[in-house]
Amino acid sequence: MSTGHAARPLEPIAAEPAAAAPAPAAAPARMSGFREMLHFALRNRKLVFGLSVTLAMLVFAVVGPFLAHHPPLEYGGKLSWAPTTRDGYWFGTTLLGQDVYAQFTNGLRLAFIVGALGGGIAAAVGMLVGFTAGYRSGIVDEILNMLTNVVLVIPTFAVLLVIAAYLKVRGIMTESLFIGLTSWPWAARALRAQTFSLVSRDFVAMARLSGRNSWKIIFKEIAPNMSSYLFMMFILLFGGAILIAATLDFIGLGPSNTISLGMMMQLSVQNAALQLHLWWWFLPPGLAIMAIVGSLYVMNVGLDEVFNPALREL
Amino acid sequence: MLKLEHVSKTYRVGAFGGSELQAVRDVSFDVEPGEVISLIGESGSGKTTIGRMILRLSPITTGRITFDGVDVSTLRRGALKEYYRHVQGVFQDPFSSCNPIFKADRIFALIKDEFFPGVGGSEWRQRLDSSLEAVSLNPTDVLGKFPHQLSGGQLQRLLVARALLLEIKVLVADEIISMLDASTRIDVLNLLGDLKKRGLGIVFITHDLSLGNYISDTTVILRHGSIVEMGPTEQVFGHPQHEYTQMLLASVPQLHTKWADFEQAHDATAV
Amino acid sequence: MSLAVTDLRVYYRTLAGDVQALDGVTFGVADGEIMGLAGESGCGKSTLGKSLIRFDTRMRFVGGHVELDGAELPVGDSEAMNPFRFKHVSIIPQYAMSAMNPTRKIGKMTKELLRSRGMGSNGAMSELSRRLELVGLSDDVLDMYPIELSGGMKQRVVMVISTLLDPSLLIADEITSALDVSTQKAVAETLVGFRDRGFVKSMIVITHDLSILCQIADTILVMYAGQLAEKAPAETIVDAPRHPYTKLLISSLPEVGVRYAEKRLAGIAGRPPALLHPPAGCRFAARCPLATKKCGEEPPFVGVAPGHSVACWEVGTC
Repeated sequence: MSTGHAARPLEPIAAEPAAAAPAPAAAPARMSGFREMLHFALRNRKLVFGLSVTLAMLVFAVVGPFLAHHPPLEYGGKLSWAPTTRDGYWFGTTLLGQDVYAQFTNGLRLAFIVGALGGGIAAAVGMLVGFTAGYRSGIVDEILNMLTNVVLVIPTFAVLLVIAAYLKVRGIMTESLFIGLTSWPWAARALRAQTFSLVSRDFVAMARLSGRNSWKIIFKEIAPNMSSYLFMMFILLFGGAILIAATLDFIGLGPSNTISLGMMMQLSVQNAALQLHLWWWFLPPGLAIMAIVGSLYVMNVGLDEVFNPALREL
Repeated sequence: MLKLEHVSKTYRVGAFGGSELQAVRDVSFDVEPGEVISLIGESGSGKTTIGRMILRLSPITTGRITFDGVDVSTLRRGALKEYYRHVQGVFQDPFSSCNPIFKADRIFALIKDEFFPGVGGSEWRQRLDSSLEAVSLNPTDVLGKFPHQLSGGQLQRLLVARALLLEIKVLVADEIISMLDASTRIDVLNLLGDLKKRGLGIVFITHDLSLGNYISDTTVILRHGSIVEMGPTEQVFGHPQHEYTQMLLASVPQLHTKWADFEQAHDATAV
Repeated sequence: MSLAVTDLRVYYRTLAGDVQALDGVTFGVADGEIMGLAGESGCGKSTLGKSLIRFDTRMRFVGGHVELDGAELPVGDSEAMNPFRFKHVSIIPQYAMSAMNPTRKIGKMTKELLRSRGMGSNGAMSELSRRLELVGLSDDVLDMYPIELSGGMKQRVVMVISTLLDPSLLIADEITSALDVSTQKAVAETLVGFRDRGFVKSMIVITHDLSILCQIADTILVMYAGQLAEKAPAETIVDAPRHPYTKLLISSLPEVGVRYAEKRLAGIAGRPPALLHPPAGCRFAARCPLATKKCGEEPPFVGVAPGHSVACWEVGTC
């Protein structure tokens, strides 16, 4: 269509409250943006539920390990005890006499670390690539797009197996780094699309006419406009990193110097815990992973409703 | 002062830029101080593209744009910023021109940050007040408000005030009133007239012939990227030479003359 | 046909309360009349147009009575309106150009539309082809997707489809706003052609552009802030308006031939009132040069001359 014509009707005021049109100009009848969001945030059941569960698990992860009576890897106790209060084996012991509670809380802590680090790295790379591709367009965009697509189709397990063969010891850092460097593509794509739509808005042209350089414009004009989107994206990357880590651990590619939730599940399956009815070994880690990731996703859906007025019920 | 010489713009379209689209062809004109030149054309005429090229928002494919003798396309960083001290723009949609999550006066803060970092608080406030006065805005009415709390007319004036904080010599006004209500349009247009009297050169881009006729000294009629007719406004409107211009004038709906009567009158005095 | 609207009130629901977008309008449209509905943004003209055919999800019918050809038009009841839509009242919506499903060929879309009205498509399709030809479009258009047509062509296609069943009343909502000047003229003339050929009996043309209305409308109704300001034959509105708002509005429009250097036009200071809690009495009083104490009371919309009504204390009773 034309570029020179007003393809929209004249300035919307009071009588046409379409989707996101604001209240009458003379007397703003709604609360300031942030307060309004807070108002809806506290009323949104999904957000409150998701946030509570996540925070509860986080507190447990921080405080829990201090309450453990035995180190997680120590072969101290009796074998295959059910949960009991004796000797502080609250979650029982494994087939090999390790304290399940200690392992569980240790694993929980690791899960949050992997989520933050892995998710953080993925977010950082995704933002770098996505913003640049969306802002620059042209040849830079084409190259970054190709890069994104290539990383997207890399068979991560195969690469990890090769890496595992070369590294003597794999720590939680290596795992986080690996997850971060392989899960950024979808974030980059989403951010590129969002950036595209914002770059054509006149306020970006205005910022250029004010002499701002490109990076300042991206971080001070465009990113703040997407702040809700970035926030939600980070939450998804966080949850995704935890899930990927659990999967990698389960097939034996996890860190070699500690025990995580996924590894607990792997060991329990290897040692036939299901057949031996050692439910306290695999149920806690499984439920924990489900709880964290699930509540993060539920929180995200709730946040979407809070940020996007069109999804709210009146 | 501002000179366009044989300026053309070609877009590469398609995957990896296979085919071409020529938006502007061989356009040349000058802008002198105190002169309003309007670029009038329908959609696809290239008028907005020319405005963007003058503002260095789009690169030129061939030709030259010079400001006070200096080729604009060679400017980088510091020199480009200097250019923006003298040449600014205002666009069609006032609500899109202000970042909606910040308050409207942030546009002034941006200018201060980039161009006047050393200026003290009260002196800046003084300059701001005089700029706002020049566009007939009351500071208490417009400062400290979000864009959605102001009207389109107020925002457009704010954007002009922003440009006036710098010592601009040329203002590119791209359809700045087409999104405003009829009763406020004329006030913003009159504002441009006042600025012209103070020596500002204005490139007035519009599709509306009556607005161009009202405000401009020189008129350029564009069609598919090329200049079809150019000259002093009275001449272009009074005695249009090119048949495209004649067709445009005949199609403009007027308040007091019906299309049929206009055609009859002009057929009778056929050029 | 004739349309009689009495004291129509339509409000918008919002979080903050009811926006009184349309507050008691009363007017009529005669058989064969093209009435222009003019006003600035927020005056309620689009709301009025929409309320005569289909309410938005946020619109709320508060009161009033609409009669079409002597029978009641149940505008407040969406279900009851169904048999009237498309057959008796039709609309060319704002953004008509994007009103077509981009994944459907035009011919197929029309057939589906007709089927949804419970009509067999054969007779109507041949009539459709005939009318497309009349507006200067060939039959091939039916086999195309909307994206293959230009803006003006799409506009004409939508116009033909909307009037296919010869409705008594056609509402055209800002159909020329997004078009180039030359296409605007073609579309406006097509619209008049529909009336002249009898495809449509009467029309309400909604636009903010008074000059287009002067070209095609018989009468013009000017609205301000949800109420009627003035209604008169088109020439009278332009040459001899009586309401202060209309006068100021007309005098603020630059015409080809008027130049800043010779005659500096003036706009209207201030802004229309917020309709969330509108002021009592005449809503233009705050910006009106003739305002007096009496304007605190709402002026009635009365006739001052045959076919000419004004809502103003200073003028209405002269």
